[in-house]
Amino acid sequence: MAYPATYRYTKEHEWIDAGEGKVGITDYAQSTLGDIVFVDLPKVGSSVEKGKVFGSVESVKAVSDLYSPVTGTVVEVNEELATSPEKINSDAHGTWMIKVKLADPAEAQQLLSAGDYETFVKQETH
Amino acid sequence: MVDFGGWDMPVEYSGITAEHMAVRTAVGLFDVSHMGDIQFRGPGSLAAIQVISMNDASRLAVGQAQYSAMLYPQGTFVDDILVHKFSDNDYLLVINAGTREKDYQWIRSQVGSYAGVHISDYSDHYTQLAIQGPRAQDTLAKLTRTDLSAIKNYWFTWGTVCGLPNTLIARTGYTGEDGFEIYIPSDEATSERAWSEIMDAGKEFGLLPCGLGARNTLRLEAAMALYGHEISEEINLFEAGLERFSKLGKSDFLGAQALLRVKESGGPKRKLVGLEMIERGIARDGYKVLSLEGKPIGYVTSGSPSPYLKKNIALAYVPVDQIAPGTELAVEVRGNPVKAKVVPTPFYRRAKKTQA
Repeated sequence: MAYPATYRYTKEHEWIDAGEGKVGITDYAQSTLGDIVFVDLPKVGSSVEKGKVFGSVESVKAVSDLYSPVTGTVVEVNEELATSPEKINSDAHGTWMIKVKLADPAEAQQLLSAGDYETFVKQETH
Repeated sequence: MVDFGGWDMPVEYSGITAEHMAVRTAVGLFDVSHMGDIQFRGPGSLAAIQVISMNDASRLAVGQAQYSAMLYPQGTFVDDILVHKFSDNDYLLVINAGTREKDYQWIRSQVGSYAGVHISDYSDHYTQLAIQGPRAQDTLAKLTRTDLSAIKNYWFTWGTVCGLPNTLIARTGYTGEDGFEIYIPSDEATSERAWSEIMDAGKEFGLLPCGLGARNTLRLEAAMALYGHEISEEINLFEAGLERFSKLGKSDFLGAQALLRVKESGGPKRKLVGLEMIERGIARDGYKVLSLEGKPIGYVTSGSPSPYLKKNIALAYVPVDQIAPGTELAVEVRGNPVKAKVVPTPFYRRAKKTQA
């Protein structure tokens, strides 16, 4: 699975499209979770902080916390996920969860590149 | 793969939902060899079993099995078991993997020195495979000449399966669907061959191999107990609602005296109920159950999304005055109360086949 080169990644398996402030989870994350049945996201207007939990994603078998890759304010939430959370399974990199207005636009650049994330995942799966 | 009672087992092969639906609509295959097998042989077998097993094994015919449990003297659970009568002098108890050692030691300590009975642990000798679903019989029928339609629910026989003679074929299972469990020699070559043959035979019916994840969601929909959750050393027979599988009041067995005293003093204070989430949220194992006012009143023993019913369901212990279906409660889901209601169990019951 190719990880989009324009995104940045975290070791908690989130991605951010810094240009649009869109945040989601990676294809590796969705495959380890299994069928996603429930996503718990913050309200528009809430603040998120880099490294802190901003919501959770649930599969049939488990709950996983979502960690914000950046600090900022939530400006939009993907309403589709309330009724069709399985979209994350079928297209993890194309399904955003929240849109964040970054407090510091440069913060995203400190995250992992697609290549570094791919290397990280390869190590995890050994 | 995860550690389940000391065994390395898959949570899923292709996905819990797909596997679950395969069992409900077609057929699924489970490797359940982790289960334990204790054989009782000799003329004293029945007497010994009647002491440690709460159900009435004297009601079994040859070729019949029954769900039961072993209880401690205080009326709480050692384990739940399936008792199979091979003959008047020969019984097989199938027990849980996680409690295998404990169960065997318990049996030996309670009835091991009884006259005329030899008790042995056969667990490592059997590979046990479960074929479950509406097409289970069609699948297995391709691999045996035994007339499977003649085996009634909770009965068993022996036949040649996958070329293996004297295979125990039981119409039992842990899914709430029709299905079979077969017991074959446990060597790797035999086990792998049988697995492959069943996979091939089931292909035309849509057979999927199924892991622990689907095993759990299936048994939860059928409201079947899981040791360590609905039943345990801290839970008594009445609380778990399993009295109908005991001979309480008819004959004595380990735990009966304590249970009769519980009955005399007003019965259990809490009981196991089914819950269905009304608001958005999934109740999971161990979550607190709250009254609508926010007071903690119980806990969830098992909870999960239900792939077939497309609802979020749970089994939970609540005070006896809260058990009526329709009662509204809440489950604390990561700090927030989410509304749920008590519903009758099982959550799912398979359609009965109409007699031809």
